[in-house]
Amino acid sequence: MRHFMGSVNVRQIVLPLGQMAIFVTGAGVLCSAIMLILAILFRGSGADQVLRATQGVGILAYTLDSLPQVLIDGVTIGFVYAAIALGYTMVYGVLQFINFAHSEIFAIGAFCGVESLIALNGLGVMAKASAMGSFLYLGLALLIGMAASGGMAVLVERVAYRPLRSSPTLIALISAIGVSFALQDIIRLVESMTSGQFYRVIPTFGNFDERINLFRIGAKVIDIQVKSVVVILAAVVMLVALNYLVGSTKVGKAIRAVAQDKNTAALMGINVNAMISLTFLVGGALGGAAGVLYALKFTRIDPFVGFMPGIKAFAAAVLGGIGNLTGALLGGMVLGMIESFAGAYLGTYTMGAFGAEYKDMVAFLILILVIVFRPNGLLGEQVSQKA
Amino acid sequence: MKEPLRSRYQHFLALLDRGRTPYFVSIGLIVLGFTLVYLSPRSIPAFLVFVVAASSIYWLKLNRAVQLGLAVFLAVVLVPILGARNVFYLEVIFQIAVFSALALGLNIVVGFSGLLNFGYMAFYAVGAYLWAFFGSQQPYLLHSTVTTKALNTPFFLAPDYFYLFIFLGVIVAAILGLILGLPVLRVRGDYLAVITLAFGEIVRQLANNLDKPLNFTNGPQGITPIQRPTMPEGVLKLFNQVIQPVVGHRVTDNQAYNILFYLIALLVVVAVIVITYRLDDSKVGRAWTAIREDELSAGAMGINANKLKLGAFAVGASFAGAMGVLFAASRTFVSPETFTFLQSVGVLTMVILGGIGSITGVVVGATVVTLLNIQVLQSVSLYLSQLRQSDAVIPIIGFHWKYLSNQLDPTKYQRLIFGVVLVVMMIYRPAGLLPAARRKRELGGGPEGKDLDGKEV
Repeated sequence: MRHFMGSVNVRQIVLPLGQMAIFVTGAGVLCSAIMLILAILFRGSGADQVLRATQGVGILAYTLDSLPQVLIDGVTIGFVYAAIALGYTMVYGVLQFINFAHSEIFAIGAFCGVESLIALNGLGVMAKASAMGSFLYLGLALLIGMAASGGMAVLVERVAYRPLRSSPTLIALISAIGVSFALQDIIRLVESMTSGQFYRVIPTFGNFDERINLFRIGAKVIDIQVKSVVVILAAVVMLVALNYLVGSTKVGKAIRAVAQDKNTAALMGINVNAMISLTFLVGGALGGAAGVLYALKFTRIDPFVGFMPGIKAFAAAVLGGIGNLTGALLGGMVLGMIESFAGAYLGTYTMGAFGAEYKDMVAFLILILVIVFRPNGLLGEQVSQKA
Repeated sequence: MKEPLRSRYQHFLALLDRGRTPYFVSIGLIVLGFTLVYLSPRSIPAFLVFVVAASSIYWLKLNRAVQLGLAVFLAVVLVPILGARNVFYLEVIFQIAVFSALALGLNIVVGFSGLLNFGYMAFYAVGAYLWAFFGSQQPYLLHSTVTTKALNTPFFLAPDYFYLFIFLGVIVAAILGLILGLPVLRVRGDYLAVITLAFGEIVRQLANNLDKPLNFTNGPQGITPIQRPTMPEGVLKLFNQVIQPVVGHRVTDNQAYNILFYLIALLVVVAVIVITYRLDDSKVGRAWTAIREDELSAGAMGINANKLKLGAFAVGASFAGAMGVLFAASRTFVSPETFTFLQSVGVLTMVILGGIGSITGVVVGATVVTLLNIQVLQSVSLYLSQLRQSDAVIPIIGFHWKYLSNQLDPTKYQRLIFGVVLVVMMIYRPAGLLPAARRKRELGGGPEGKDLDGKEV
C-alpha cells in the first residue's frame, strides 16, 4: 500500500481537480456577474417592459430566476467541449497541426456508442437493468466509443497525416479537411447501409432523464438531470486521468519530449512515431468518449453531428491557448458558459431580434477575435505566427 | 517497358503537332463532337468527345488567330445550338463556367499568394444576396415576416439593373474581402484558414437568420423570385428564325434565357481568365509568389506583404461576387443552402485537383469536378437504380442487385469524393494534375528550390 501511494503522484490528481473547480466557479461567477450587471442596466428598457407585460416579472428577476439552470447547462456542455478540445490541443502540441478530422473522430465515437446501446437494447437486457446495470451499460458504450475513436484516429494519422509530416502545414491541413469530409460520408454510408436511417437516437434506459434536486431558493427548486451529472463526472475523471498520464508517467514524459523536440527525443531513444500514434489514440479516445456523452445529453445524432461541437471545441482550445492542456479545459468551460448564456438570454434581451440561433455564431466570433487579438489564448503557450 | 511506351506517346504527340495535322485533328474533333452530341443529346460519351474537341483547340499547336476563331465559333455558335437542343448541357456548361470563375478567384488567394481560404463561398453569397435583395420584392418586405407566396408588390428595381449589379457585386465582394483580409495582417498559416472558415460560417448563418428584426434574407427559405435581365427585343424571334431548323423545335423563352446566361457567364469567365493571366506574370503576381514562398525574404526585397495579401483577398473575392450576382439572376432563387462549407471545400478541391496556381489546371479542375458532380455521378446513380429494379446478380458472390440499399446514391456522396480527392492529391501530387509552370520548375529541382513537400531538392 505504501509502495502504491509512493508511486502515485497525488499532487497530479488533486491539482487538476483544483484547477477545474477554480475554472468552473470562476467562469460561472464571471458570466453571472456580467449577466446581472446587464440585467440591472436593462431595467426599464423595452425588453424589461415586454417581460413585465407577458410574464409579470422584471428583467432582473427573470435573469436571476433562470441563472442556476443556465449555469448548470453551461458547465455540462463546457466539460464536453473541454474533452473534445483536449484532442485538438494534444495533437497541436505534438505536431503543430490542426487535426481537422477530430470532429469526425468525435462523431464516430458517438455513433459506435449509440449503436452498441441500441444493440443492447435490442437484446432486451436494458429494459430490466437496475440503476447500477444501466450505468455499467453506459460505461460499456463509453469504452466502445473510445476504442473506435481512438483506433480511427490512429488509422487516420497513419494513412493521411504521416506521409505529409514534413510538408508545409497547409498541405497537411487540406489533407485533414479531406479526411474530415470523407469520414462524414463514410459514417453516413455505413449508417444508411446498415440501419437505413440518417438520425440515430440513443435508447432511453436507466434513470438518466430523472432530475436530482440540488437545493431550493424560496419556492423554487434547483435541479439537475442525472445525465448531466454523469457527463460532468465522466469528463472530470477522464480529464484527471489524462492529466496524470501526460504529467506523471514515463509515457507522458515521452510525449512531452516529442512535443518539445522530435529529433532530440528520437536521440534519447524515444520512438517518435509510436508517441505520435499514442497521442492520436488518447486524443481520439477522449473525443470518442465526449461523443457518447454528447449523445447522452442531446439524444439525437447524425453523421454531421461532429462539425459544430468540433469547431467550437477548437475555438475553446484556441481560447485557452492551443497546445496547453489546462488551457483547453479553461477554454471549454468559458465557451460552454458563454454559449449557454447566449442561448438563454440573447432572445429576451434583444426582444427577439437575435434569438438563440445566434449562439453558434458567438463561438465563431470568439474564435476570430481570439485568433486576431490574442493568438496565444488566455493561458498562452504555443505561438501562432508560423506558416 | 515504361520508357518505350512513354517515348512512343511523346512521338505520337509530336506527330499531332506537326505541320497541318493539328488543324485537321482539331476541326475534325469539333465536327465529330458536335455531330455526336447533336444526334444523341443524352449520351455522356458524346459529350466527352465534345469536351475533348473543345480542349484540343487549346492543347494543339495552332495559329493563334485560328485558335481564337475556333474557340469563339465553338462557344458562341455551336454550344448555344446544342444547348437549345438539349438544355441540360447548357446547364452543365454554365455550371462549369461559374465554378471556373470561382476556382480562379480562389486560386488567386490560395495558389498565387498561398493563403488558405475556407470561407470563399461567403463572397459568392454576398454577390448572390446583393442582387437577390435589390432584384426582388424583398426591399418592400423588410417589415413583414417570412413568406413564400408570390406577392403583388412590384419589383424594387428594373430588371436591367442586373448588369450594373455585376459590377456592384465585384465592388462589394472586394470590400468584404478587404474586411476579411484584415486578420491576414496578423495571422498566418493554419490559423488564417480557421478564421476564414469561421467567417464563411458567420456569413451563411447571417443569411439564415437575418429574417428578423428586419427581413433582409427571408431566412432559410431564401429569396424568390429574383428578376432576370430583360431579353433584348426581337432576339428570340431572330434566334428562332435562324436556328429553329437546326435545333428542330421552337426555342422557348426559358431556353433563350439559359443561352443568355451562358453567354454572360462566358464573358465573365473570359474576363476572369484574362485578368488572372495578366496578374500572374505582372509585378503583383510575382510579389504574391514571393510572399507565398517566403514572406520574410519578400519583405526584405521591399515587397509590402500586407498590402498585397489584402489585395489577393479582394481580387479573389471580387470574382466570386460577380458570379454570385449572375447565379442569383440565373436561378431566380437564392437560399443559404448554396453557400455551405461543403461548397467552399468543393471549390478548393477544384483548385487543388487541377493544380494550385495553374490557370489551365484550375479550369480543368473545375470542369472535371463539375462534370463528376452533375453528370457522371448522376448517371451512375441512374444506372444503380436500374440495376436495383432488374434481376441482375453479381456473379461470383451471388449478390442480388435488388437488395442494394436505396441509400447508396452516389450523387449524395460528394463529401466522400471531395475528401478522398483532397487526401490523395495532397499525398501523391500536391502540385495538382497540371502543375503551374513555376511549380513544375521548382519540382524539377532548381539549385535553391524547395519542393511542395518542404524537402530540399
